[in-house]
Amino acid sequence: MVWSFISRTRGRDRFDVTDWLTWGYLIFGIALMFGPVLWVAMSSFKTEAALSEYPPSFLPLAPQTAMVKGYDKPLPLYEITGGEHKGEVLAQIRRIGLNAQMVDPQNPGERINVKIGDRTPKREFAMAWGNYTKLFQRFDFMRYFWNSVFITVVATIITVIFNSMAAFALAKYKFRGRTTVFVLIIATLMIPPTINLVPIYLVVNELGLVNTPWGVIWPAVATPTGVFLLRQYMLTIPDDLLDAARMDHASEWRVYWRIVLPLAAPAIAVLVIFSVMWRWNEFLWPLIVLTRSEEFTLQLALNAFQGDLQTSWSGILAMTVLTLLPITIVFALLQKNITAGIAQSGVK
Amino acid sequence: MVKSLFLAATAAASCLTLSPALAQTVELRFQCYQDGTECQTWGEEIKKFEAANPDIKVTIDEVPYKAILESLPVQLAGGSGPDIARVSDLGGLARYMLDLRPYLKDADYWEKNYGDELKWTRINGEGDNGIYNLPDQLTITGPFVNKTLFDQAGVEMPGDKATWDDWAKASTEVAKKTGTPYPMAMDRSGHRFAGPAISYGAMYFDDSGKPITVDDGFRAFAEKFVQWNKDGTMAKDVWAGSGGATYQDASQEFINATLVFYMSGSWQVARFGNEIGDAFDWEVVPPPCGPVACTGIPGGASIVGFKHTKHPEAVAKLLDFMAQEDVYADFIGKTQAIPANKTLQEKGVDYPGAPENVKRALAVFTKSARQLSDRAFAFQGYKNNRAIMNATVARLTQAIVGESTLDEALKRINADVNEAVQASSDTK
Amino acid sequence: MFQPLNSAAQLGYRTVFNLFEWPMARAQRLVGIRRVAWLFLLPNLLIFGLFTFLPIILNVFYATTGSDAILLSQRPYVGAENFSSLLSCTDYLDPNSCRRDVFWRAVYNTGWFVVLQVGFMVLFSLITALILNRDIPLKGFFRGVFFYPVLLSPVVVALIWKWILQRYGVFNAGLEGMGFASVDWLTDADWAFFWIIFVSIWAHMGFYTLILLAGLQSIPSDVYEAAEMDGASRWRVFAKITMPLLMPTMVVVLVLSLIRAVQAFDEIFVLTGGGPGSATTLILQYIYETGFASRPQLFGLAAAASILMAVVLLVLTLLQLRATRSQAEG
Repeated sequence: MVWSFISRTRGRDRFDVTDWLTWGYLIFGIALMFGPVLWVAMSSFKTEAALSEYPPSFLPLAPQTAMVKGYDKPLPLYEITGGEHKGEVLAQIRRIGLNAQMVDPQNPGERINVKIGDRTPKREFAMAWGNYTKLFQRFDFMRYFWNSVFITVVATIITVIFNSMAAFALAKYKFRGRTTVFVLIIATLMIPPTINLVPIYLVVNELGLVNTPWGVIWPAVATPTGVFLLRQYMLTIPDDLLDAARMDHASEWRVYWRIVLPLAAPAIAVLVIFSVMWRWNEFLWPLIVLTRSEEFTLQLALNAFQGDLQTSWSGILAMTVLTLLPITIVFALLQKNITAGIAQSGVK
Repeated sequence: MVKSLFLAATAAASCLTLSPALAQTVELRFQCYQDGTECQTWGEEIKKFEAANPDIKVTIDEVPYKAILESLPVQLAGGSGPDIARVSDLGGLARYMLDLRPYLKDADYWEKNYGDELKWTRINGEGDNGIYNLPDQLTITGPFVNKTLFDQAGVEMPGDKATWDDWAKASTEVAKKTGTPYPMAMDRSGHRFAGPAISYGAMYFDDSGKPITVDDGFRAFAEKFVQWNKDGTMAKDVWAGSGGATYQDASQEFINATLVFYMSGSWQVARFGNEIGDAFDWEVVPPPCGPVACTGIPGGASIVGFKHTKHPEAVAKLLDFMAQEDVYADFIGKTQAIPANKTLQEKGVDYPGAPENVKRALAVFTKSARQLSDRAFAFQGYKNNRAIMNATVARLTQAIVGESTLDEALKRINADVNEAVQASSDTK
Repeated sequence: MFQPLNSAAQLGYRTVFNLFEWPMARAQRLVGIRRVAWLFLLPNLLIFGLFTFLPIILNVFYATTGSDAILLSQRPYVGAENFSSLLSCTDYLDPNSCRRDVFWRAVYNTGWFVVLQVGFMVLFSLITALILNRDIPLKGFFRGVFFYPVLLSPVVVALIWKWILQRYGVFNAGLEGMGFASVDWLTDADWAFFWIIFVSIWAHMGFYTLILLAGLQSIPSDVYEAAEMDGASRWRVFAKITMPLLMPTMVVVLVLSLIRAVQAFDEIFVLTGGGPGSATTLILQYIYETGFASRPQLFGLAAAASILMAVVLLVLTLLQLRATRSQAEG
């Protein structure tokens, strides 16, 4: 009965096949959703050389070395997999062509010749913290972080206010031109801002907003998606509530701010999440508007590791983890509120 | 009256004494992208400059390469943008660049040391002798070879004047004997492709500057290249793995010793030195030959000032400082790059802390920098080269993956290039 | 823990209200109650006009002019040339016969992508929502698990998967470890197309799952109890009760996911670069590459393509709106 488990909530009085399927699905889900992220997090602790390696290791590993008497520098250790010394662990002095000169750390006097195919490096767990310290040396990290937070928070607040006002007007008033305005907004719902980049830049440039956070914020706040979402939700708020308030001589602003907004909270929560995600992760537009490093956002810094000819993966991965961290923490703390918020909204 | 005169005098006097430090501090913005550590290294050099010139302050804005390629042109067209930038699309941005010549004390020094590369930005025809760019590193395309694999297979490495066919044969044999998956690979880039194409006789453009992208030489190497991709001589993933003109390299394959012969360029040396370490022996060999030449293609980034800057003298002063032999040598040494500076090319640069094989590889590249064919040098300065290179990559890939035949692809390359040239000459 | 935060938020909320109450009340008296709706629309429309409509109109000027100049004053008028070159085909079903073959490939790719991506995503979101709606422990945690990828930036999503799927990625390492041959996940046209769909479902599914879950939870339980009393089979309950009652939520999910699918770009661009060849090039990438990434930048052609895209989308949106009118009007 594959279909039985989809029908509705079921009690846990017996553990039948549908429960097995459910749990299989959930565990598979954890692996699929978290696995890749976890893997990237682990990889961000690998050195650049270890990142190019194939097959890759899950844990960050570094070659194990040992100090051998008679040598100034620590020598890398190898496990011998073939030939007469099979099974031993030797330190390599140098490699010449196809042969390696090795030495037994216990018995440093004698040199041993080993074919390079007959040895594999011994490795141990080691975190390359350098990837992270490098970042802080190179970038004014806190400043970029602050810029990102500022743009995200301010843009989200403005988005919510402007969009909800428009949605309120479209949902709760009957006026000439309402349909026109709604269709106009809906019409642009599907047009991605990316295709208007050049004209938008010209407008922003004319307004003198280039190289200010407002150049990123203003073009982004009038989201058609937000208006659409909120309008659909506000339609479900009964008009009686509004009329009752109007009887008490409440201004329309009061009606909107004190009655409609709180009632639309679940839908607003959805918009807030959308907006935060969009602004925090935005890259292409800030790239064009912001050219001075004091205005940069984290996403710009993240991409600064991509050069013309080379990409610094260790830098990108470490930066990825750092940009992920704040959003993950906020999500973990507010997880209940966020998911419950969306769940309650029952966006209709 | 006397009082006011006195006041004016003191004001003037205080201006004279304090002005360099306070009143007239000039701020320059330097937009920089990097492949390795170029921006940080310039930052260190510029600190010395600021110490010597307290009235000039330079702020480095480190940006993604994408910003230089895509948003800088839009900003410049809109009349904004930084004072200085590190750029690679010289032909495309040349019309915005500042001519440094009027501000330089010793323009001859520039001509003597950077003369060849200075031509790349002279777009105003015959009489243009402006100095627009400081080539801060020269790159040369050329092949890397995994010597250890050759040793293991017991195959002799083809010599100095070996042809592409010789290398293809030898690499395939090595790959077969050692069980290595890929005999050869070439970066997914029209720039890398141009070297061998010119070696096969491709002209790319005629004397009047009109493009003739697909000629017999170009066709000959394109046929060979597509064939090699199809039969597995070339690692197909590199070109077939992407679309459009997206850049893709094969360094990971080379580092993991799954590739015998890798056509890339001098910028890889530092990386290979770090990441391959002692795992196997690798070498840089001179570019393989075609029937006409044995050449790679030069390239690289330049530091340029822009016309709209309010402080042209300061810009010129900074660039002149960067161009001086000691500063330049220090920068090249730290970034492990090939110098464009002629004097340094002859003298050789000391690369502090670099392992022997890295030094050797850089020396080979420096040597081949001086043996490039004229056509290769001219191509790098040709104003339509980006359009040609983009079309080459996008269309040949379609032929490799079978979306179109090679003939169609070549026809489309010509059409694409002609359209691009048309567009760039239409401007009012 | 959130107490001070909460009260601060409330204070802010009240302050903003007080700040705007007087001017808004004045304005209301000024324009009269009949036109007060426009007052509420004004800020949004202003921004909208400036940063959405004006650019769209400017785009029309770009589309009718040629050359690679960025400033409109430097661009010569070419009429409908950009449009006609995009539409010039001898056989619309064979991109090779078109002057702009890549454009037409992108059009077809986008069509397939939207249909398959939206279809499968809604399906998997629905299955996941139904499972999460069961009486399982750690409900909140599991909701979080499926939602988490939604928070990642498209570039990060693509980088993660590129890493896993590349020739030298973990996936192939795993396959080889188990004794299978490795597969060219991203260089085989069909696999690459599969993966762009998979990855975009992976990244966005969580959001729609939550919306559907909300819809499921809003179905009153007495409806089910009544059905159980009648002895209806589970499948019947699902088909006759759950699905119809879920329809309004489904419409929202469909609309939103369609918008996202049509606008898909960053993830795919970073993941496959549109390749192999042009097998995963979508329309937005074509526009972006023509207008920005290529040299010289053909803004006119890009603008023409974007206008064509906008017109098609507009027609589709209006059709969709008409079809779902009852739900949209609430």
